Amino acid sequence: MRYAFFPGCVSRGGCPELYPAAVLICKRLGIDLWEMQGASCTGAGVLQEKNQLLGDTLNARTFAMAEYWDLPIMTICSTCQGVMSQANFRLRDSEYRAKVNTYLAEEGLEYKGNATPKHLLWILIEDYGLDKLEELITRPLHGVRLAPFYGCYLVRPTDALEFADNPERQDALERLIEILGATVVDFSGKTRCCGFPILTINERNSLAMVSKHTSEAKDLGADAMITPCPLCHLNLDSFQPKAAAQAGREIGLPILHMPQAIGLAMGISPQELGLRRHIVNTRPLMTQLTPAGTAH
Amino acid sequence: MNVTIRVRRQDPEAEDTTPFWQDYSLEIEDNATVLDALIKIREDMDGTLSLRCSCRSSICGSCAMRINGHAGLACKTQAAMVLREGDIIEVEPAGNMPVIKDLVVNFDLFWDKIMEVEPYLQPQGPEPEQEYVVSNESMLHLSGVTACIMCGACVSDCTVMEVDPSFLGPAALAKAYRFTADPRDGDEEGVSKERLEQLNMPSGIWDCTRCLECVQACPKGVAPMERIMAMRDQAIAAGLRNTNGARHTEAFSESVEQTGTLDELRLVPKSLGMTNVSGLLGYAPVALQALTHGKMPPIMHKKIEGIEHVRRIFEEVDETER
Repeated sequence: MRYAFFPGCVSRGGCPELYPAAVLICKRLGIDLWEMQGASCTGAGVLQEKNQLLGDTLNARTFAMAEYWDLPIMTICSTCQGVMSQANFRLRDSEYRAKVNTYLAEEGLEYKGNATPKHLLWILIEDYGLDKLEELITRPLHGVRLAPFYGCYLVRPTDALEFADNPERQDALERLIEILGATVVDFSGKTRCCGFPILTINERNSLAMVSKHTSEAKDLGADAMITPCPLCHLNLDSFQPKAAAQAGREIGLPILHMPQAIGLAMGISPQELGLRRHIVNTRPLMTQLTPAGTAH
Repeated sequence: MNVTIRVRRQDPEAEDTTPFWQDYSLEIEDNATVLDALIKIREDMDGTLSLRCSCRSSICGSCAMRINGHAGLACKTQAAMVLREGDIIEVEPAGNMPVIKDLVVNFDLFWDKIMEVEPYLQPQGPEPEQEYVVSNESMLHLSGVTACIMCGACVSDCTVMEVDPSFLGPAALAKAYRFTADPRDGDEEGVSKERLEQLNMPSGIWDCTRCLECVQACPKGVAPMERIMAMRDQAIAAGLRNTNGARHTEAFSESVEQTGTLDELRLVPKSLGMTNVSGLLGYAPVALQALTHGKMPPIMHKKIEGIEHVRRIFEEVDETER
């Protein structure tokens, strides 16, 4: 299995623990990654508010590169995935695609409309197979209660994300949690917004969202939260202490990047997965894990 | 087919005002809507169930409610399409508005916010001798927003209003766009600068998180969030750049243009404003924590391969757009 790997900005920037964790588990899973060195940022919805054509052109450039390699694209960020899916949805229109292609020609690129950007979460379910993943689990997360947190762009809008053709995308994270041996803590905030996009604009509202979701999960008995989105992680983890102070309560809910949780269940050490780099202490969670090699 | 409609009920005037779930099991036609089922419950099973409805064809906007946790029109939702395990459909009143009884909510705040954006044309240029002449294209574009039926589905699911009721919200902001994008509104060039100045204030266009809930909830394809994004661009174009939001958009764009990716280390101070000392100090503890945990973004921000093409695309697309 081979993918054109689009790591995104935050997995190497604000959440530098995500990139190595994702690469490490893909290596163990036997997923071959060709990193897209020449791909630009997707625009994250921010560039699009200024100029949608510009955002779509930059994404079409990335799609054309993957198409040239004849590889599907793998993302590890809900925001990257959503913005790419939305751009690809618009680029189905051949007239629009022709217009966008006029900007790509000078670089010798042309987007024919066949790229398939997929989040690692979807890849594991749709391409890799959860049964195959289950075979590699040597330290199931028995007894660990995990609350899913998707990130807006991995759940909306459902037309661009092709939910009708891929209904398993709706509860992909819950399925993964169960395969890892952990218990799902279902809560109303799981598909809501983490507040990150307005952190520098309206910090009070942004932090109110962090405290609302993390305390709801915590109060329902979650030991940790798991997210496929590093932007959510930035707000939910790095800003959780500040959010707790604003809400006037203790929270202390560790937030795991999705590849970290998979890695833990595969018996990889917390240190290798970068868990020491989190702001909310992950050590109490680690003491809950059974020793590696005690599966099934 | 047999379904169970699980209704979130509440009667604020009763002795016990606590909301509770009530299950109704009934036979409905295979092509029945959720509203058909609710009407059948009210008519045949339990006359105390309160709900609003009128046209039954998604035009009047009366029956917006949460169906399986997400807002939509009960009359536009086929029951068979939303059955959960055990053939259950969960129905709750719309969110972010106080419940009057069962599925009926109070729209006062909704209308207050619509009024707040002054929903009528305000031309400021000289009056034409005869009628205003506008292009078909601009009216066709506005019809995307005037399609709004004021059902409140977008407001119900807005993530910002949930934590901050002062936010103008998706319905009122989409309504505001109906005027900022109207060539007759504002000055001779059709720029609604005074409106945009108001919308540029706290609780306005920059407070939206871009979570897409309103886009997903809207039964008429109005896509309020996209209209809010368009107004951000209108505000910047009208010279309203002195907000953290505008600075953030500009700094983000500059970073991608210069390096191909996002330089997070420089984005925060640029958004807050380099001279905003108290704002910057507010981030110091978080930055320090990030530093001690090895979480700081790299100081040297690398450029991607082929960055010259990214820069060229920025320049060329910008020129065409003008």
